[in-house]
Amino acid sequence: MTPHLLLTLPVAFPLIGLALCALFWRNHKLQRAVSLLASVGLLSSSVALLFATHDGTVIATQFGSWAAPFGISFVADMFAAAMVLITGIMAVAVGVYGLALDAEERERAFFHPLYQGLLLGVTGAFLTGDIFNLYVWFEIMLISSFGLLAAGGGKEQLDAGVKYVALNLIATIFFLISVAFLYGATGTLNMADLARTLPTIENQGLVTTLGILFLLAFGAKAAVFPLFFWLPAAYHTASAPVVAIFAALLTKVGVYAIIRSFTLMFDTDAGFTGPVIAVLAGLTMVTGVLGAAAHFDTRRILSFHIISQIGYMLIGIAVATPLAIAGSVLYVIHHIVVKANLFLIAGIVDRAGGSFHLKEVGGLYRTLPWLGILFLIPALSLAGLPPLSGFWSKFTVIKASFDAGHLALAATGLVVGALTLYSMLKIWNEAFWKAAPDASVDAMRRFSADRTTRLIMVAPAVALAAITLTIGLAAEPFVDFSMRAAGQLLDKSVYIDAVTAASRPFERRP
Amino acid sequence: MEPIFAIAFGVMIAAAAYMVMSRNVLRVALGFLVMSNAANLAIFIAGRMGTTVPPLIASGQSSIESSANPLPQALVLTAIVISFALAAFTMVLFESAHRRLNTLDTERMREAEPIVGGSMIAPKGDITDPRRQPQVEAAR
Repeated sequence: MTPHLLLTLPVAFPLIGLALCALFWRNHKLQRAVSLLASVGLLSSSVALLFATHDGTVIATQFGSWAAPFGISFVADMFAAAMVLITGIMAVAVGVYGLALDAEERERAFFHPLYQGLLLGVTGAFLTGDIFNLYVWFEIMLISSFGLLAAGGGKEQLDAGVKYVALNLIATIFFLISVAFLYGATGTLNMADLARTLPTIENQGLVTTLGILFLLAFGAKAAVFPLFFWLPAAYHTASAPVVAIFAALLTKVGVYAIIRSFTLMFDTDAGFTGPVIAVLAGLTMVTGVLGAAAHFDTRRILSFHIISQIGYMLIGIAVATPLAIAGSVLYVIHHIVVKANLFLIAGIVDRAGGSFHLKEVGGLYRTLPWLGILFLIPALSLAGLPPLSGFWSKFTVIKASFDAGHLALAATGLVVGALTLYSMLKIWNEAFWKAAPDASVDAMRRFSADRTTRLIMVAPAVALAAITLTIGLAAEPFVDFSMRAAGQLLDKSVYIDAVTAASRPFERRP
Repeated sequence: MEPIFAIAFGVMIAAAAYMVMSRNVLRVALGFLVMSNAANLAIFIAGRMGTTVPPLIASGQSSIESSANPLPQALVLTAIVISFALAAFTMVLFESAHRRLNTLDTERMREAEPIVGGSMIAPKGDITDPRRQPQVEAAR
């Protein structure tokens, strides 16, 4: 397949899915089929994309055959391709799961078109090579997520929606203003061109300022320390499949944008940006895990854990050695799988136990021991216990920070890992171990009677747990892949050459 | 011209920041509108103030001597469309939130994060109880 087709298909499938689902808005059955087919299409095209890039080639294309700084570029390196692949896996897993749990109710609120819109925005953001287009993809993703969150129209959801929309809109406008300043400083918005232009600017203080502006804009999306309040305010009100896809993808697009812009365009020099990110990473880890320790609602605990885990991903950018970046890449991939799985299982626990609140459920291990094991796999992986995927990704980032002399960061990472284990054990003790309240017993009876729903809900969770186990038990190829992806991220010339080769040579604007 | 635009940008951002920090969601929504227009202005200034000649090649010539930069216009147009859609969505969301929650005050929107046993950021006492409201207001 040509690079053009390879790069277009992962965006085209959700786009077609979105259009068809919106067209058939009355026919829910047809929407389900179209949505699932589009997700499978996204998954298969992302596999093809990974095959084309896994040996280290960077593929790029220019839409409308306009030369690079003028046209719209799509670029995929190993990191971007891996992110698109994991998006495809999530699209199918959560799409299947979404068929089970109150599907009718969500479908009346346009679940399928919005779901495909979310996937469209996410894949576009991973593949674009132009910073203004990144803004546009962010917007597509954001407005779909607004719709998905507010769709139920319950009091709780509307309240959460107001805060989520308000805080995210401010971040988005901030991003747009940063893009404007960047354009004013350089006269270009193509990321490969920016990578060449920014180091040649005389006023390097301006470049650092721009870097910090983008760090704030992307940091708000990624739920970094002082900018994360939209996340715990909103995530716990959505239904299980919606919050699973949010948790898997939304914040990770922010992390991806941070990693991409701070490896390609801005330097994390030891003087300013690097230490700032290091402090932010540490505070993000600590505040997130403390929030998780304080709550008693499974969805809230898990929401706060998203924040604390984002801190680990930032360590890579703060330390900026090849091993550290590799750790970040591995961490992002592992975390998407684990976090989505935990929310899927939280949905099952809610269905089987009757509530998301830990005080109102219990005794699940006695009746459903397999669910307990299924929960323990991602839970212990999130806490970083060997031999699960979380151990290797935590090990890589913490070892990298030890090697680079960031002892405080490494120590924070270890302590936060222990606290993560504490709050996971809290869920385990309350939901699975203690005696079941009466309401919980009734819910369990209903859950046991509904065989099809149970199968549809459990199958994706099992599949994601299998991925976690695979990364954990056969870590070597995954670590190797991350190492090579990190090498590629740190060698800007590969990326710049690929974009240049896809079109006529760069012509500087007069 | 640039200083005037730069000052206008600053004033708009300041006004928008003031409105966004308001407790009334309607003002917050208006603040977004002003802020997104300030962002559009920033893109416009970033493209440099210059000639207003459209970037068209006159007949008999093969290149343009001086022309307006079309890129910021394309960017601003995209940004306007997007911010317009978002503003429309925000208005509808805030309106339905107003209907369901019976308040425009963000401090009283505590359905998603109810206060359990008092909180530092919220007024003390049961805020859903209307009899307590005057005291809360007086305490501020």
